[in-house]
Amino acid sequence: MKKKFLAGVAIASAMTLFLTGCGSGSDDKASGSGGGGDVIKVGFAQTGSESGWRSANTDSMKKAFSKENGFDLVFNAADNDPAAQIAAVRSFINQGVDAIVVAPIVEDGWDDVFKEAADAKIPVILEDRTVSSDPSLYATWIGDNFEAEGEAAGKWAADNVGTAPTKMVVLEGTTGSSAANDRATGFDKAIAGSKITKIDSQTGDFTRDGGKKVMEGFLQKYGKDGIDLVFAHNDDMALGAIEAIKAAGATPGKDIKIVSIDGVHDGMQALADGEINYIVECNPLLGDDAAALVKKVIGKETVEKANFAKDGAFDQEQAKAALPTRAY
Amino acid sequence: MSRLIKHHLFWPGFALVALVVLNTVARPRFIEISVQHGALYGAPIDILRNSAPMMLVALGMTLVIATRGIDLSVGAVMAVSGAVALTIIDGSDSPGSVGTVLIAILVGVGVSLILGVWNGFLVSVLKIQPIIATLVLMMAGRGVALLITDGFITTVTSDPLKYVASGHLLGLPFAFFIWVAAVAVVSLVERRTALGVLTEAVGINPEASRLAGVRATGIILGTYVVSGGLAGMAGVIYSSNIMAADANAAGELIELYAILAVVLGGTSLAGGKFSIAGTVIGVLIIQTLESTILFLGVSSAQSPVFFAAVVVLVVLIQAPAVHRAARQFVQRRSANVPDITPGTEVAR
Repeated sequence: MKKKFLAGVAIASAMTLFLTGCGSGSDDKASGSGGGGDVIKVGFAQTGSESGWRSANTDSMKKAFSKENGFDLVFNAADNDPAAQIAAVRSFINQGVDAIVVAPIVEDGWDDVFKEAADAKIPVILEDRTVSSDPSLYATWIGDNFEAEGEAAGKWAADNVGTAPTKMVVLEGTTGSSAANDRATGFDKAIAGSKITKIDSQTGDFTRDGGKKVMEGFLQKYGKDGIDLVFAHNDDMALGAIEAIKAAGATPGKDIKIVSIDGVHDGMQALADGEINYIVECNPLLGDDAAALVKKVIGKETVEKANFAKDGAFDQEQAKAALPTRAY
Repeated sequence: MSRLIKHHLFWPGFALVALVVLNTVARPRFIEISVQHGALYGAPIDILRNSAPMMLVALGMTLVIATRGIDLSVGAVMAVSGAVALTIIDGSDSPGSVGTVLIAILVGVGVSLILGVWNGFLVSVLKIQPIIATLVLMMAGRGVALLITDGFITTVTSDPLKYVASGHLLGLPFAFFIWVAAVAVVSLVERRTALGVLTEAVGINPEASRLAGVRATGIILGTYVVSGGLAGMAGVIYSSNIMAADANAAGELIELYAILAVVLGGTSLAGGKFSIAGTVIGVLIIQTLESTILFLGVSSAQSPVFFAAVVVLVVLIQAPAVHRAARQFVQRRSANVPDITPGTEVAR
């Protein structure tokens, strides 16, 4: 008994080693030497690497803040640990960088460290997410406009589907998240006056499983002929809904049309395959815009407090054309 | 009639039937079952199919709770098992072959069994409090799953894998047969051998059972291994359902829902006596309740409150204190005694 047991423990520990081994080596914490001359030294505190969107965002930032573009980038990924991220920003201040870019993990708790940066005369630029601190503590913000994304999706639905009476169900994102709230607001605004009726709406928590379960429920409740259009607050829920629609014996993209937001790879693939009808992109490629903003801020030019990235949109043909060259 | 009411499964069963009736009254479509592509199709069938992951997890949880333990790591184990299995399929040259999928599932469940051994080792040999011992893996496991998938959602195309969650056998979902088989095997082993009695003995009084010659260490370890293995299979079904390994979302909060299902089924968190049939009903109540939220059209913002309110109601109708109060009330009325001072125990 005891021997068997020890063998089990040995296997377990060996397995742990194997597991850590095969996934290692993703984050390179590049750190540059002190820049001289015209090189702008920038510290970028990223949230972590929790999703494909985030990886694409990191790549874009690293490319934009490259040596060729006149930057010296100090990169830190905090693995979604707010304390580690604040520590990273503090270390940027100690290193005497010229500007700090932060994608804040959480909204709160930034006042002290931003004041320290202000005392050291280092401008802070927020990327992607915002903070609850007083706007005077940071120079500017660059990110995606969720409401405009919802509006673009709604406009397509109103123009292409809403000309005939349409029964629509909505797969909402995580209840209370700004992405879910703002996308819903924008979409509802755009479909006002069209022949689209929202017959039901429920949260799918931004996950594939959630999207599939909720869609299954809707299909049971209204029947596959009782639903004409699905608006999913993100691609993952749309992908779940596709599975549910197929299981119910209907064809996604034809019998039941799908509009979604995000533009992740699997979503674009489904769009190219004709299973989704329209995707509004939530652009992770914020690097170039962020780099331009940093240059303006350092050059003491006036900048807007909030800057929205350009979000593209794709129909099925455009997705086919765009897929081979997509960065994410 | 009164014997029926006294049966420990009466109230959980009553709650389940009440939910089904409520749904059917709200929308008669709920109970409609049609035949589609040679398989049964309808909301009750969806409930039976979607129950599979939670059913397996709750089944393992029942045994762990019977030994006075708790396993918080099941959701993370689900994520690891799904990540391992789908990474193997994704990396294989023939993702569509039955052999590849079988190997992937075996490795995924195998890794989960080892994680179960780890939990069991911490609890039974090192005597660490179960809630802390399994918390370690609950947090670390999801990280491991994210490392395996590199932070991405691994999507695969594989018909044999799809069959696990979405396929049909004899007109019924294959996933339904998986959980029925798991429930049958665990019930047989626990109830047709002395193992069930020994498990309960360890949970009721570990010291006394040790003195009576029960090998508590092995029994406790075994329950965590079973819980890990079942969670691993649940992870495979979850991934098969969406044909993707979603390390962030797989099995999120399922540990708490599984504990809820066990308790709704009448098993005490204090350990000891357990009811597998009760757990089955508990899981079906939770799944039906999720359908109810959709069928009644409860809004997203209100659904957690609705869910909680129903759960409290179901727990209340099972509570002995409530039964006693109800009996007192009935007796007072029939005996026509105008006042009994509050708090007085009525002789039974």
